[in-house]
This record gives sequence, C-alpha cells and structure tokens, in this order.
Amino acid sequence: MDSAYATRITVTVNGEPRAVAIDNRTSVLDLLRERFGLTGTKKGCDHGQCGACTVLANGRRVNACLALAVAYDGASIQTVEGLAGPGGLHPLQGAFLRHDAFQCGYCTPGQLCSAVGMLTEAGPSAVTADLTEDPPLTPGEIRERMSGNLCRCGAYVNIVRAISSELPPGGELADPVSAIPLGDTAPYPPAGRQQEQEARP
Amino acid sequence: MKQFTFARAGSPADATRQFRNGAAYLGGGTNLVDLMRLGVTAPDHVIDVTGAVSDEITAHDGGLTIGAGVRNSDLSSHPLVRERYPMLARAVLNGASGQIRNAATVGGNLLQRTRCPYFQDVSMPCNKRSPGSGCQATAPGADTANMAVLGHTPFCVATHPSDLAVALTALNARVRVVSQAGVSQARGMAPDGGRWVDMPGLHRLPGGAPDHDTVLRPGELITEVELPPPAGGRQTYRKVRERASFAFALVSIAALLDVGPDGRVRDCRIALGGVAHAPWRALAAERVVLGVPPAAEVFAGAAEAELRYAHPLAGNAYKVTLARNLITTVLEELIP
Repeated sequence: MDSAYATRITVTVNGEPRAVAIDNRTSVLDLLRERFGLTGTKKGCDHGQCGACTVLANGRRVNACLALAVAYDGASIQTVEGLAGPGGLHPLQGAFLRHDAFQCGYCTPGQLCSAVGMLTEAGPSAVTADLTEDPPLTPGEIRERMSGNLCRCGAYVNIVRAISSELPPGGELADPVSAIPLGDTAPYPPAGRQQEQEARP
Repeated sequence: MKQFTFARAGSPADATRQFRNGAAYLGGGTNLVDLMRLGVTAPDHVIDVTGAVSDEITAHDGGLTIGAGVRNSDLSSHPLVRERYPMLARAVLNGASGQIRNAATVGGNLLQRTRCPYFQDVSMPCNKRSPGSGCQATAPGADTANMAVLGHTPFCVATHPSDLAVALTALNARVRVVSQAGVSQARGMAPDGGRWVDMPGLHRLPGGAPDHDTVLRPGELITEVELPPPAGGRQTYRKVRERASFAFALVSIAALLDVGPDGRVRDCRIALGGVAHAPWRALAAERVVLGVPPAAEVFAGAAEAELRYAHPLAGNAYKVTLARNLITTVLEELIP
C-alpha cells in the first residue's frame, strides 16, 4: 500500500478498539466486512439507497457504504454483531423474531441497526403534522422514519409491527400491536383527499 | 475509485490553505463518496472539513446562524428552526433518509450535484461532467421525465436535487464563503477571505457553463448560512415525488403567505424545486400575489405568470401542470 494514500486509524467496533492501516478509499462497510470479518453488515447497493449497510457511528445510524473509514478515525461503531448483550438478544432482535419481520434476512441487520438508531432520534418527521411536537411513533411515523431501509421481500408490515412492539417508555401506542391493520396509515394521499375519492360513485 | 491523499482541516483558513487544483472538500460524504465511486469525480486530495466549520446553530439579531457543518438531522430537529422556519425544517425532513440526514452537512447539501442519470453515468456524454462532450439527456429517446422545464439550455437540462436549498431560496438566506486569504484580499474581500452570497444567487442556471453548479470559485468553502429574522404569515414546504418517502422531488415548493390587516398580501415567497438547474424563485408569481387580497383566481394567475415561459421536454410536460397545481393549492392552504 502506497503510504501517501493510506492512513492508520483507530476505531472502536462494538466496544473493542481496533487500530488498522487502510487505503484512504476504504468505506466503513468494507473495513468492517473485509478487514474485521464482521460480515453481519451487508452490502446491498453500495450507493446509500438501500440501507442494508446501516450501522451506528457514535450512536447515530449512518450508511456505512457512504462513510470513508479515514473520516471516521476515532469513532465508535456499533454493528448488528454488537446489538445482543450478555443477557441475550437485543429486544428489537427478539421482536423481529416474534413478529416474523423478515423473509430472506439480507436487509435485517440494517433494519435492526436503523431501528435502534431511529428510536433515539428526537423531533418530527416528514409526516408529522405539527412540527413543534415530538409525535408518538405511530405506524405511519415508523414507516417514514425507516424509509432508508428497503426490503425486497416486502416484510415491511411485520417490521413496523416488530418496532411498534418495542417502543421506549412513553412512546407506546395506545392500541396493541396486533390491532395494527395491514397497510394502514400510509401518509399519502392526505386522508381528506382519499375520502373524497372513495365517496365518488 | 482513484487514489487520494487525505487530510483534516481544523479551521476554515486551514482548509482553504490546503486546497489545490484537484482537491475536494469532504463533509458528510453522502454525495461526494458516491460520485467518487461512480468515477464522476476523482479528487487526488480530500480535505475533511467537518472539523473546520461550525456544527452549531445560534440565534443572532433575530435571525439564525447555521454552521456549514451542522448535520441535516440536527437542523430539522432544532427547536428554533421548527418553530420559526417551518418550511426549512419540513424541506430537510423531506430530503433523503434518516441515515443520510444524520451524516449530510448543510454545506454539503447545498453543493451536492445533480442526480441526472446521464451525469452519473460516465459512459454517457455530459456537458456538466465533461464540458463539450454533449448532453445525452437531450438526445432522441432520452428519459427526460425528471429534467428541467425552466431556465435550461440545449446543453444541459439537469435539475438541482436539494430540498434545503429551495427553502433557503424562499427565506432570503445568505451563505458565508471563504477562500485563501491572499487570493480574496487581492479581489478586495474581507481579510479572512470571506464574502456573502445571497440565496437565490448561490446556484447558477446552466447558461454556457453547465459544469458550474454555483457561483463559488475553486477552493471557496461555505462556512455558515445566515437566516434573516423570521417573516410573518404562514409557510410550508411540499414535495411531490414518485414514492411517499426517500426520493428526489419531481416538483417541490417552498411557500410563504403573509396577509396584512387590510386583507391584502404583504409578503409572498415562492420557490420551486425539481424544475431547474437551480432552486427557482418564482418572482413573477410573487408579484401577482403581492398587494391584493388572496384568492384562488389570483394564485392561478400567479402560477400562469411564472410558468408561461416554461419549456417542457418530450417527457416532462407534467411538471408544468404539477408546478401550477402546487403553487395554487399550497398558497390556498396558507390563507389564514
């Protein structure tokens, strides 16, 4: 490796500090998979469009494919391998199992890391009516906030159910998860307009 | 991806001092890294400026100063932005995904490149990527559905992809940029090499140089965005896209309507996204609305005044209809 184009960095991965010399072109995704052997994080599109590579960097969910590892020197990275604790699976992992929130499973590590990060993010989303409030995480809010994670199997319905079942204290839904109907509360078209259309003979 | 040397900059002066031809400033990397991977751009030196510019939002003189290093997600969740500049918060929330907003910076958002598929495909001619090579988007059979309808030329029909920039254009924001001190002092600028660029005005129409997205000169670095004190009235941002989330705009609108006690409109701002090479401030439409009582017919006339000279391509006449409907619908909703 030509040293002018390489850099020695230290990153903490799932709590463990690791020093490594990398080609400056290396993404966090390739660093995790190719250098550290942490293949739980998946490469889907490698363009930031699918979310399969989502990891938590300093606690925030990001696309590892668009992150130059050299720019993340000193960062703390958490991957799907680091979600489970000594007591067993992360609650969201358990919820994904209980609610059958995947089929092939390729997008699942990204969905899990994204959901863990999403649940820590304050503030409104694009579907929040009143921007000044921190809205409850309704299925519609969860869908919007998870839109950076694609699932080619179409497991979205149960992914939303799984996440809904593990909302942090204060964020619980009024209705039990089982009450969420299939395909409800899509943000578009606006409810009023839909009613108009349905009212037509 | 071409090999590159890498450095971090600790201050704006440090960043501009390190800049040389062939270098690129790196913010969150959500567009630059992708363009490097695609081969669209191939810097030989990458300067990480996230430690060089502020990542804070501060209230000042009734307005707001937003550091260029502020992440998009921190901008849209900031209490003052949500309360005083709702069109800005909503524009940012309508852009990209949660993951990308966590990484992307304000400065980088403004300087992101077009998502024109012919620009991103290095096997295609593109005057923006390779000046003089031609424009595949205007070739027979090209997919023009998402191209410009206003202000384009036969040499470039690309659109600007940012939502944030559309809101800043309607809000009369201005952008602080700095360059190497020696260079800019020679041009009569401030000792720190700084100057202000107004929005609209940062982004260019393609004209004869579609390779230039903005008026920035090589090596100039955006350090902050300044918002004037919030305008009165009501404001919002609406984006129409091919799916409900995580897609670029077909057409978007940032709009503000302020009706005075006499029942006449005293302030109106309209900026459109997805229709041109730059965020499109609809000044002709605004002039129709200003000074008269707000009404559906007035808004229809305003839309007509703005879109009269729209020049749709083979596959995007729908954008003119969409822009007209957005202007009239959103303004009607903003009537108090």
